Order: sequence, then C-alpha cells, then structure tokens
Amino acid sequence: MANVLVWAVWVVAAFSCLASGIAVVSFANPFFSALALIGNLASLAVLYLLLSAEFVAAGQVLVYAGAVMVMFLFVTAYLGGRADAPWAGGPTWQQFGAVLAAGAILVEVIVVIGLKAGGRLSHEAKIDAGFGSPHRIGRVFLTDHLLAFEITSVVLLVAAVGAVILGAHSRGDRVPGHVSGPGRGTWPEET
Amino acid sequence: MRGPDVPWYLAVAAFLFATGALGVLLRRSPLIVLLSLEIMLNGANLALIAFSRLHGESSGQIFALAVMAVAASEVVVGLGLIVAIARKRLDLDVDKLSILRG
Repeated sequence: MANVLVWAVWVVAAFSCLASGIAVVSFANPFFSALALIGNLASLAVLYLLLSAEFVAAGQVLVYAGAVMVMFLFVTAYLGGRADAPWAGGPTWQQFGAVLAAGAILVEVIVVIGLKAGGRLSHEAKIDAGFGSPHRIGRVFLTDHLLAFEITSVVLLVAAVGAVILGAHSRGDRVPGHVSGPGRGTWPEET
Repeated sequence: MRGPDVPWYLAVAAFLFATGALGVLLRRSPLIVLLSLEIMLNGANLALIAFSRLHGESSGQIFALAVMAVAASEVVVGLGLIVAIARKRLDLDVDKLSILRG
C-alpha cells in the first residue's frame, strides 16, 4: 500500500517537473517562465524527499524557490515583459539544430548510463533513518568537505562583489577613472 | 527502497537536462536562457542526489548543495549583466548582442 502511494507521488512530481520544465522553455513571456520554474523547483523538492534527501529539499525550496526566484521576478518586472515567442516566424535551421542537439544530449545520456551501469542501478544501498538529515549533512559538510564549504562561501562573495561592480558601471556612462571618448559608453548598434 | 528505482529518477534528470539545453539553444531572451540554465543545473542535481541514494553516501548531497550555491552566484552575475545591458538601451536578444564576436 505504501509502495503504491510512493509511486503515485513520484508520478505526479515527475510529470509536473517535466511539464513545468517544458513550460519554462516554451512560454513567450519571461514572467510566466519564471513562475513555471518555481513549480519545477517545488516538484523537484518532492523528488528529493522521495530520495530521502530532506536537507537538500528544504534548501531547494528556501534558496531556489524562495530567494533566487524572487530576484528573477523582480528583474523581470523591472525590465518589463518583452514577449519573445520561441517559434515566431516559422522554424529556422537554428531552431531545427537546437532541437536536434537537445535530442542528441538526451539520447547520449540515456545510452551511456544504460550501457555503463544498467544492471547495477537497481540495488540501492541500505540507509538508516538519519540519511540526508541536517545533522548528518552538517557533520559531513563541516568535517570531510570543509574546503568545499569555504570555497563556496568565497564564490558567493565574489559573485556579490561582481554584481555590485556591474551595477555601479551601468549606472552612468562616466565612470571615475575612465576617459570617455566619442562613442564610449554606448555600444554601437549592429549594422 | 519503496517506490521507483534510481533509473527512473535518472530518466527524469536526463529529460530535465535536455529540456534546459533546448531552452538555452532555442530562446533569444537572456532571461529565459538563464532560467533554462537553472533547469539544466537542477537536472544534474537530481542525478547527483539519485546516485547519492544509490550508494548510501552523503557526499553527493554535499555536491548538490555546492551546485545550488554556484547556481545562485551565476544568477546574481547573469541578472546584473542583463540589467546592465537593459540600461544601455540595447535589445535583450542574445542573437543581436554579437559585438564581442571577432
């Protein structure tokens, strides 16, 4: 009975995950795409829970569906909804190539995993109740993977500083210390 | 393990990755390219967590958390670039932003 229930939850989560992923790619308005990505992240969090990765699921909802997507929605609202229909003007060779390349990636991944590890993937290791809990993850993160933890914090700091510098440069054309000659500050339009 | 085995999760991860790759290649709005990149990263994350469950090893989840942090930094820098481009009154279209092309 519990098995059927888990399967049902998995089917709902996986299909809403794939459907919202396709919706993100195919919506013309970036605002709706961002909203669809929130659904995608939430259903992924359900899949993480089914894989008994509770802490990552909570982090996914907090960091991604919370912070990152709010930032996305703010920027989308700030820039205004510029609709950009993916299939406008009929299919071109670029779009044909894009679909072909994405299909090739999918086939490659499935074939490689199926050939290399096909038989071994159905024997999961036995895990105890604490697997994936904040306690366990925190212990592993701050002992075995302390260097990764520290480097992650440095990466976040560098990204924040870089974003501040980008914002400062884009505020005006005259940046202190820069000589502004003719044509500087505005990029020439494509001819 | 109750419910589906690990290969089912890997199939979902592969589909997600391919969907994101399709969006990155197909769309011209840089905002949607960033959103599709997020889908690709999440597909990779799902595969990492599925393998972590397969081996009963927490390191995969640590890697997934690191990927989430890198994705957050990538979004910060990407959105900063997009806002900078929009303030220069340039078109938000990755096909037209070809000024760096040699």
